[in-house]
Amino acid sequence: MRRQILLLSWAMAALMTCGYARGQNSGQMRFCLSAQPKTLDPLKVADDASETVRYLTGGVLVRVDRDTQKLMPELATAWRVNRAGNSISFTLRDKVRFSDGSPFTASDVAYTVERLMDPDLHSPTGDSFRSTTGRVQTKVQDPHHVTVTFPAPVVGLDRLFDQVAIMPARSPQNFMAVLGPYYIAENKAGSYLLLKRNPSYWKKDSSGRQLPYIESIRLEVQQNRDRELIRLMRGEVDFINSVNAEGFDLLKSQASQMAFDAGVSLDSEQIWFNQAPTAPLPDYKKAWFTSKHFRRAISSAINREDLARIVFHGHAQPAVSMISPANKFWFNQKLKPHSYDRKLALRELELGGFQLRENILRDAAGHTVEFSVITNAGNKDRERMAAMIQEDLRAIGIRLNIVTLDFPSLIERITRTLNYEGCLLGFVNDELDPNAQMTVWLSSADNHQWNPNQKTPATTWEAEIDRLMREQASSMDPQKRKRDIDLVQEIVWEQEPFIYLVNKHALSAISPNLRNAHPVSLRPQVYWNIEQLALAPDVKRPL
Amino acid sequence: MKRVKVAALSFLVVVVLASALADLIAPSSYEHQFREMPNARCSSQHLLGTDALGRDRFSRLLFGTRVSLLLAPAAALVSAGLAGLIGGIAGYAGGGLQRIVMAGTDLCLSLPWMFLLLTIRAMLPLNTSPAISVAITFALLGCLGWAGAARVVCADAQKLKSAEFILQARATGCGGFRLFLQHFLPNLGPVLLAQFWISIPTFILAEANLGILGLGVSEPLPSWGGMLQELQSLTLVSARAWVYVPIILLVATVSCFHVMMQREEPWA
Repeated sequence: MRRQILLLSWAMAALMTCGYARGQNSGQMRFCLSAQPKTLDPLKVADDASETVRYLTGGVLVRVDRDTQKLMPELATAWRVNRAGNSISFTLRDKVRFSDGSPFTASDVAYTVERLMDPDLHSPTGDSFRSTTGRVQTKVQDPHHVTVTFPAPVVGLDRLFDQVAIMPARSPQNFMAVLGPYYIAENKAGSYLLLKRNPSYWKKDSSGRQLPYIESIRLEVQQNRDRELIRLMRGEVDFINSVNAEGFDLLKSQASQMAFDAGVSLDSEQIWFNQAPTAPLPDYKKAWFTSKHFRRAISSAINREDLARIVFHGHAQPAVSMISPANKFWFNQKLKPHSYDRKLALRELELGGFQLRENILRDAAGHTVEFSVITNAGNKDRERMAAMIQEDLRAIGIRLNIVTLDFPSLIERITRTLNYEGCLLGFVNDELDPNAQMTVWLSSADNHQWNPNQKTPATTWEAEIDRLMREQASSMDPQKRKRDIDLVQEIVWEQEPFIYLVNKHALSAISPNLRNAHPVSLRPQVYWNIEQLALAPDVKRPL
Repeated sequence: MKRVKVAALSFLVVVVLASALADLIAPSSYEHQFREMPNARCSSQHLLGTDALGRDRFSRLLFGTRVSLLLAPAAALVSAGLAGLIGGIAGYAGGGLQRIVMAGTDLCLSLPWMFLLLTIRAMLPLNTSPAISVAITFALLGCLGWAGAARVVCADAQKLKSAEFILQARATGCGGFRLFLQHFLPNLGPVLLAQFWISIPTFILAEANLGILGLGVSEPLPSWGGMLQELQSLTLVSARAWVYVPIILLVATVSCFHVMMQREEPWA
C-alpha cells in the first residue's frame, strides 16, 4: 500500500512537471484585432491588422529591438551599408528553413527585394526604399551572401529591412510559407485567424529549447474596444495591445496587476490652422493663421498639463515638437513643451496687432476673432480636448466653434477642398527615423497639412525646413542627420505650424496568464518579444 | 387613465418649468469646467456630480432639457406643417398629382435618413455658433421628417374629400383654393395635431442618436443626446449610477408625451 502511494505521488509529480513544461511550451494565446487583415501578403501590408500578422509570421533579416531601439541580427548575421548609402550586403544565417521545410537562401532575399520594389505591386513597404526612380539590383554571391543595390542612397537603409518579411522564391505555398515564429493555419474571414508555431523556426532559447513557447495564437476580430476589455477581464483573451485612458483606469481599479503603462509613445495629438493661399477663407482669417504671433499665442493659451491630466487621466504628457521624447535618438533634448501662460499669449497677440477689449479679441481691422476647429466625430478624447481648448481660448477673448465631422468628410476638407480653418487630429507614428516624415515636412508634399503642394516654399522657415530635410536625407552620417533634424525641431517649435498638444502613453492590459510580457512604448507594445511569451500552465478559458 | 394623464402632464410641466428656469436653478454655468474635479461624485455642490471635463452635470441637464424640449416641438411643427401642405394638397387634388406626390413621399421614406443627415450636416458652414448649429440640426430634422406624416394626412384628406360638408360647399359654388383653405385644411387639424405630438419624441430621439454619434449639438451647449454619450463609457457606466439620469429623464419625458397623445376609449 505504502509503495502504491509512493508510486502515485511520483506519477503526480511527473505529471505536474510535464504540465509545467507544456505551459512553457504549449497553449493557445488569444488577443483581438480591431479589423480583418486587408492582406496576408507581407509586402502589401498597409493596415494595423495585417501588420500584426506580418510581425507574427514574417521572418526579417534584421529587427529593431522595440525595447532598446537598436538594430539586432535575425536572418542576417551581419550586414554592411556602403559609403554611398545605396547598397547593403547581408551575410545570411545557415540552416534556416521556411515553415514548409524549404531551405532559406540568398535567392529568397533577392526574390523578395525584387518583388518589393516592383512598381506594379504598389507596396507601401517598398515606397520607403524608393528615393528616386530606377531599378534595384540584387547580386547573389553564394547561398549565404547577397548584395542589394538601390538606384540612389536610401536613408536608414538597414533599419528599413525591419519591415521586410522574406518570402520563398520557389515554394509552391508562396507567401504562406514563412520564416517567422508562426504560420497561418486557418483564416475565417471576419471572425478569427489561427496561427500555429512554425516547426522549422530557427530560434532556440538559452537552454536549447525550441522557440516560440506558445503553441498557437488565435486572433479574434473584435471592433468594439469596450467589449475587448470585458473579454480580457473574463479571461477570454490574454492581452490588449492598446487601451484608452478610461479603460486603463477601470482596469487599474479592478485588477491593477493587469494594467501596464509603458510610458510616452511616438503618437502625438495636434492642432493646426489652414494656411493655404487657395483656401476659401476670408483674407483677414488667412492673415491670422499665417501670423507666427497668432499661432504662438494660441499655443501659449492652451493648458497642455490639464489636457494630459483630465482627458488622458494623466496617461499623456505635454508634447514638445514633431518628435516624441519616446524616440530616444532623434528627440531634441534642448526643447521643452510650450508653457501655459495667458499673459505671454496676450503679449504675442499684441505683437500681432490684436487687441482685447471687453473680453473680445479683435484684429487690427476690428474683426472679432472667431474660428472653427474640425475634428473627427466619435473620438471622445479629441472632442474633450477641443472643449477644453475652447474654454482656454475664451479666456483670451477668442470664440472657438467646435465642429465634429464624420471621418471621410473631414479628410475631404483637409486634403481636397481645403475648406476649413483649424483641425485637431493625431499622428500615429511607427517609424523612429524622422526621414519617414518627409511627406509631412517638405513644402511640396501632399501631407504638408497646413499648406500642401507648394510650388516654392511660402515662407523662409519652410524653405529652411525643406533644405534641412533634404540634406539629412542625402547624408549617411548619423550625427550630421541628427544635427539637421534637431534644427528642424527647433524651427517647428518656434513657428508652430502644428501646435503639438500631447504625446499619449502606451497603455496596455495583460492577463496574469501571460508570462514574460514586458510591454514597451513602440508597436507592437505587448507582443514585440513574441518568442519569449509563455502561458501559465493552468489557463482556463470560459466556455 | 385620466389620473395617468394628469400625472404625465404634471411631470411634463415640472420638466418644462425646470428647464425654462435653468438660469435661476442651475448652480453653475453649463460650460464652466471645474478642472480640479472631473468625474466627481454626487455632492451638495454638484447634485449629479461632474462630467469628464468637470462640468456640473445637473446644470447641463437643465440646460440640455431646455434645448431638447424647445427645439423638438419646433421641429415637429415644421414637419407637421410640411406634412399638412404636401399630404393635404395631394389628397385634395387626387388623381395623377396624388400618385406623383405619394411616389415622392415613398422615395423619401425609403432613403437612409441618418446618413443623409450626416452628409447634410457635413456640408453646413463650419463657423456657426453652437446655438445656431443646434437650431440648424433641428430644422433639418423637421424638414426631413415630414414624409411619414404626409402619407397619413393624405389618406385623411382623401376621406375628407367625399365628406358631406365638402360636397355641400362645392354645391354652393365654393371651390378651388378657397375650399381648400377655408373648409379642407382646418378639418385636417386633428390629424396634424396627432402627427405633431408623435413627432416630438421622434425628434428628441433623433437628436439623441446624432449626439451619440458625436454629430448632434456642438460643444459646449448641452443636449440630451450629448449627455447620453457618457453612457458609451464603460468606466462611468459601471462606476456611477447617476450618469443614467439623462436617459431616465428622456424615457420618462417621451413616455409622458405618448400618454398625453392617447385617446380615452370607452369600455366596450
